[in-house]
Amino acid sequence: MIEFKLNGESVTSESAPDTPLLWVIRDELKLKGTKFGCGIALCGACTVHVNGTATRSCVTPISAVARRTVTTIEGLETAAGHALREAWVSEQVPQCGYCQSGQIMQAASFLADVSDPTDDEISSAMNGNLCRCMAYKRIHKAIKVAASGEGA
Amino acid sequence: MAMLAEKFSGAVSRRTFLAGSAGAGLIMGLGTVLPGCSREEAVSDIGTAAASRSFAPTVWFEMDAEGGVLVNVAKAEMGQHVGTALARIIADELGASWSDIRIEHVDSDPKWGYMVTGGSWSVFTTFAMLSRAGAAGRTVLRDAGAALLGVDPASCSVERSHVSANGQEISFAEIVQKGDISRTFSVEELEAMPIKAAAERRYIGRDVRAHDIPAKSTGRAVYGIDVELPGMVYAHPLLPPTRYGSSITEVDDRAARDIPGYKETMVLTDPSETLQGWAIVIADTYVSAMQAAKAVSVTWEPGPTAGVSEADIINEGERLAADKSSGVLVVDDGDVASVHAAASGTYSATYRTSSALHFTLEPANALVEFQDGVCHIHAGNQWQSLILPVLAKALDMAETDIVIHQYYLGGGFGRRLWGDQMIPAALAARELSRPVKIVFQRADDSRFDCVRSASVQQFDASFGADGALTGIEHAAAAGWPTLSMAPGFLVDGVDGKGKYDAFSISGADHWYTLPNHRVRAINNDLAQKTFLPGWLRSVGPGWVGWGVESFMDELAVAAGEDPIEVRLARLDGAGKNAGKAPESVNGALRLRAVLEDVRDRCNWGASLPEGEGMGVAVCHGQERTMPTWIACVAHVAVDKEAKTVKLKKIWQSIDCGTVVHPDGALAQAEGAALWGVSLALHEGATFQDGQVSERNLDAYTPLRMADVPELDIHFMENTEFPTGLGEPPVIPVAPAIANAIYAASGIRIRNLPIRL
Repeated sequence: MIEFKLNGESVTSESAPDTPLLWVIRDELKLKGTKFGCGIALCGACTVHVNGTATRSCVTPISAVARRTVTTIEGLETAAGHALREAWVSEQVPQCGYCQSGQIMQAASFLADVSDPTDDEISSAMNGNLCRCMAYKRIHKAIKVAASGEGA
Repeated sequence: MAMLAEKFSGAVSRRTFLAGSAGAGLIMGLGTVLPGCSREEAVSDIGTAAASRSFAPTVWFEMDAEGGVLVNVAKAEMGQHVGTALARIIADELGASWSDIRIEHVDSDPKWGYMVTGGSWSVFTTFAMLSRAGAAGRTVLRDAGAALLGVDPASCSVERSHVSANGQEISFAEIVQKGDISRTFSVEELEAMPIKAAAERRYIGRDVRAHDIPAKSTGRAVYGIDVELPGMVYAHPLLPPTRYGSSITEVDDRAARDIPGYKETMVLTDPSETLQGWAIVIADTYVSAMQAAKAVSVTWEPGPTAGVSEADIINEGERLAADKSSGVLVVDDGDVASVHAAASGTYSATYRTSSALHFTLEPANALVEFQDGVCHIHAGNQWQSLILPVLAKALDMAETDIVIHQYYLGGGFGRRLWGDQMIPAALAARELSRPVKIVFQRADDSRFDCVRSASVQQFDASFGADGALTGIEHAAAAGWPTLSMAPGFLVDGVDGKGKYDAFSISGADHWYTLPNHRVRAINNDLAQKTFLPGWLRSVGPGWVGWGVESFMDELAVAAGEDPIEVRLARLDGAGKNAGKAPESVNGALRLRAVLEDVRDRCNWGASLPEGEGMGVAVCHGQERTMPTWIACVAHVAVDKEAKTVKLKKIWQSIDCGTVVHPDGALAQAEGAALWGVSLALHEGATFQDGQVSERNLDAYTPLRMADVPELDIHFMENTEFPTGLGEPPVIPVAPAIANAIYAASGIRIRNLPIRL
């Protein structure tokens, strides 16, 4: 049995220690906002925070999050998280939307480290997150908007 | 495809429009009143719509006692915000406040008529009908409101969910609660509905936030993969070595039996023959299913295409394209053979595209449950009317006993026009008498994608004694999606000999005036046998345009002329290129206008640094009968030594008629233009041993943020009939980039993806 904090609540999983965190979150703990895309940590749709850092949950065994803090899109309550979700709506970012939980989680972790990023820093930080609709222009812009809002 | 588009709008306009009370609300719908049921009965029945035996209305929208308007959308939402686009057409005509609008994506009930979301048709095929439905609703509410206010209906205005006159006003909610709102309209009355002039519209053409975006920004949006049912088990496919003709000779699951949660491995028999040689692993959890799928050993007798490679498919395409007797005639203007025989000079080129994947980020999945003899399928889908008959055959059930429940699509791009993944889940759910959820891992999703077929196009131009172009013969060979999935939609060749897939040649029938022009559409039978060819975003024009616009550039270069001037000279709107009302008013002159617009905006002809260049390409969207006019310029920097291309900027000028949802339209154009970039420079799959070889992001590498070029997209302002937008901006990007590479470096690219 593995115990960890999920969105502020203590949870336990009976799954085998090598079970990917993604499936524990989605199928055991029933939080469906975190998505399955490629299964090899190259699309970013499954991104969550482990102790505040963006992490690909599809290749993270639950043994690696024992006694740690996991945050999903449903529990993202940081200042950057709020600013990003607002910017996602104001900039009308999502198209199909499937990658967007992962994009927002990646961006929230990034903005927590770099509060006033340059264009290149944003592109570099977000390059591991595939948007198949190719809504990159707006993802980029919304991150800038969210960052400037934080500074204001 | 044009025939399809017409079929949809025709089918609905023949019905009667009814408005009726339902409890404390108002329902408005179109329906065929069946024999034995009077119009009056139909109106009273509309309130019990779904349950009525005598009348099955297509309820496009309904209003509750608080004035809230529920718009039922029969189109799939896959990123285009289609619900928002369609609902605002109704809201505008109805005179409703946007904040009163809600949207529901409906299931596959036959009352919705033919259900397909593709071809960039959604606005084009429903605009007139939804406008009239909204106007009819406004008329009912205005008349009932006028009666309650005691005023002449003609003196009333209807705006912001209120009817007002002479300083008094009454809300829609109050009218619905107190007024007489039962009415029927004949076809003639409906067609005569007073549609608002463009200047009177409040929503169409203005920015309103898309309804689906908040849920998609918070993880709350529900996709097919997110749905669960009590008691369900998970299924994982074990795919055969070929799409067709493989059979299972042995299944050994001993190594899986100790995996907790593993239940069994089922060998599937599919009477529809969609699945050939499939097995599926059943387990309590998806993790167990994935582990068991690795442990189960299946032996197949492989199908006949198990050795086919990408090169085999391309070689076959080249052989067919070069054979002048192959294929079906699509265009046969003038006499190409004569001018070719009499030519003083000729110029030929061959262009190829490699296989391309949909790679929807949400992998293929479906959840199926049988309940009281009805098969309920939970899965995002673009073409319910196509897969329902296949499911009926697979299950030996009536189509009416199968219901597809719609969810958000985690990408469609044409992959979800086909619903093959529903079949294994349905077969298993029936046998196991419990809900079954199948989820494909990425590699399997890629292996059994309906790939965009590899293609070969050959162009042969002839010139007269004065050096002027006298004719072009164009041959295009590829696997044809429509042949395998919807053969009823193949169309007759212009000489009546044979049928062809319009989705695999559209774009060859371009708007350049040519005295002698011949186009042959050729089915690449090896491609057809090896895989299931699919419709990929921008469909035929997405690769046909690669050849047409690259060759046009080569002709300009060969003649020593400016690529834009050469195009403008042939975009004269003469003869068949004059266009017609309503969808292509002014014809080729509108393509000319966007080309001039993009030329002026991109500073065409300015001197650029060494190694940089600009290239141009145009397109008319998905089909001649629904033209979206686009001109595109690409600016590249080429490093010949390093063999790299840096795409600096893309300009597009777009005329799609009236823009219903401007910000949504821009989002679609941005995404589609970047799809064009990705297909040109970053994506490309190859068949090896009869299978897609690039199966995940370690090998198949779509565009990422760091490689996004500057985009400058401009919509032409007009109030012409709206056409389509989700796909067309893909089309001109690849040839514009290749033409820019030539301008920058003198290197002519003829194969996609582009590799120096």
